[in-house]
Amino acid sequence: MKYGLQFRDVFAAWESLLDGVWITLLLSACTMLGGLVIGVSCAAARVYGPGWLKRIVTAYVEVIRNTPLLVQLFLIFFGLPSFGIRLDGLTAAIIALVINLGAYTTEIVRAGFEAVPKAQVEAGHSLGLSGLQVFRYVVVFPALKAMFPALASQFVLLMLATSVVSQISVEDLFHAASIVQSRTFRDFEVYTVIGVLYLGLAFAFRGLFAGIYYWAFVRR
Amino acid sequence: MIRTFSYIDVMYLVAAARWTLALTATAFAGSALLGLILAIARISPIAPLRWLVATYIWIVQGTPLLVWLFLIFFGLPLIGISVNPWLAAAVAFSIYGSAFLGEIWRGALVSIAKTQWEAGASLGLSTAQQLRYVIVPQSIRIAIPPTVGFLVQLIKNTSLAATIGLVELTREGQLTAAGTYQPFAVFITVACIYFALCFPLTQWSRSLERKLDVAR
Repeated sequence: MKYGLQFRDVFAAWESLLDGVWITLLLSACTMLGGLVIGVSCAAARVYGPGWLKRIVTAYVEVIRNTPLLVQLFLIFFGLPSFGIRLDGLTAAIIALVINLGAYTTEIVRAGFEAVPKAQVEAGHSLGLSGLQVFRYVVVFPALKAMFPALASQFVLLMLATSVVSQISVEDLFHAASIVQSRTFRDFEVYTVIGVLYLGLAFAFRGLFAGIYYWAFVRR
Repeated sequence: MIRTFSYIDVMYLVAAARWTLALTATAFAGSALLGLILAIARISPIAPLRWLVATYIWIVQGTPLLVWLFLIFFGLPLIGISVNPWLAAAVAFSIYGSAFLGEIWRGALVSIAKTQWEAGASLGLSTAQQLRYVIVPQSIRIAIPPTVGFLVQLIKNTSLAATIGLVELTREGQLTAAGTYQPFAVFITVACIYFALCFPLTQWSRSLERKLDVAR
């Protein structure tokens, strides 16, 4: 059978694809922000907190990192309504993604905190700085610098992983592709095009993070 | 008729986990074979080959696994190549995994000091022999902990095969949830089975890493 590739129908649906890109960007941005907040708080709890808190955070990180995102998503979207908690797709997706990214971010941020030599912390204390001041003036900056590359690549992986939310019918880029596919039956072309779009998004995010890194750590 | 989620369903889920493991094993074999070639190509003296492989890795690491899965499963039949879910999943996971394993192993290969290559050369070994007898044996030790870590990623990612209808653990969970109307109990069980598969590997990877640190 001879098959001619034809992208015209796919490109004709550019508005649906653009809507999808927008939702994917929105999801990624919300998740990155939420994941960072959870990650930094949990990492601080794990490094500086009391023993019981450390154990809770460790359990959270291990459970999330050893189960698939798709199952976490199903648990929140299909499972929680059993307890009367009914969430729309987008909310469930953001909650699942934030919980997921938070666990990975915790590990990265913790490693960043621990990368700051103990002697520097002690030096801060010996200058009469309080715990919070040591954290603010001694730990944060070098820790951020150390963790930034790992954090950036985790965030890009997260952006790509948001494609699974299409499975609970959130209208992200991958979902838009399924819609266009069902209208045009141009499967090969559709998935090639959205593959390129994701690649473009990944490229843009990597560029953005490289820019932030340069601006925050190299320039000065 | 609606069943209740019972012991027998749990057993079905546990049984379905073997397809998750089978898929993981297939995907790992494919990823390892392709990844090894990529890793070696990445350190070859032929620049265009290095660029080609770097571009491949850049593309694969910049696109979602789901796109590869759908491109192969729904796209290839249109251009005349028929694929079943198993083949599609195996190929998609191998493409995806090879890019990550290729990078991990390249890192391990280049972490061996240049003087080791030179020592091999001065003993009259050819480049292939240097790689085979000097570099690879040393880099394997470095490569094992992240490779085990990647295996955990692979087990978790096989859950995506459920989206093309391959009945592994997650798909079996979806079917059971649809039959029993107890999605929370079902997916908690599914998550527990994944955890039981992944957690020991995670711990193993960590202990290997610690041993390596001590050995240095």
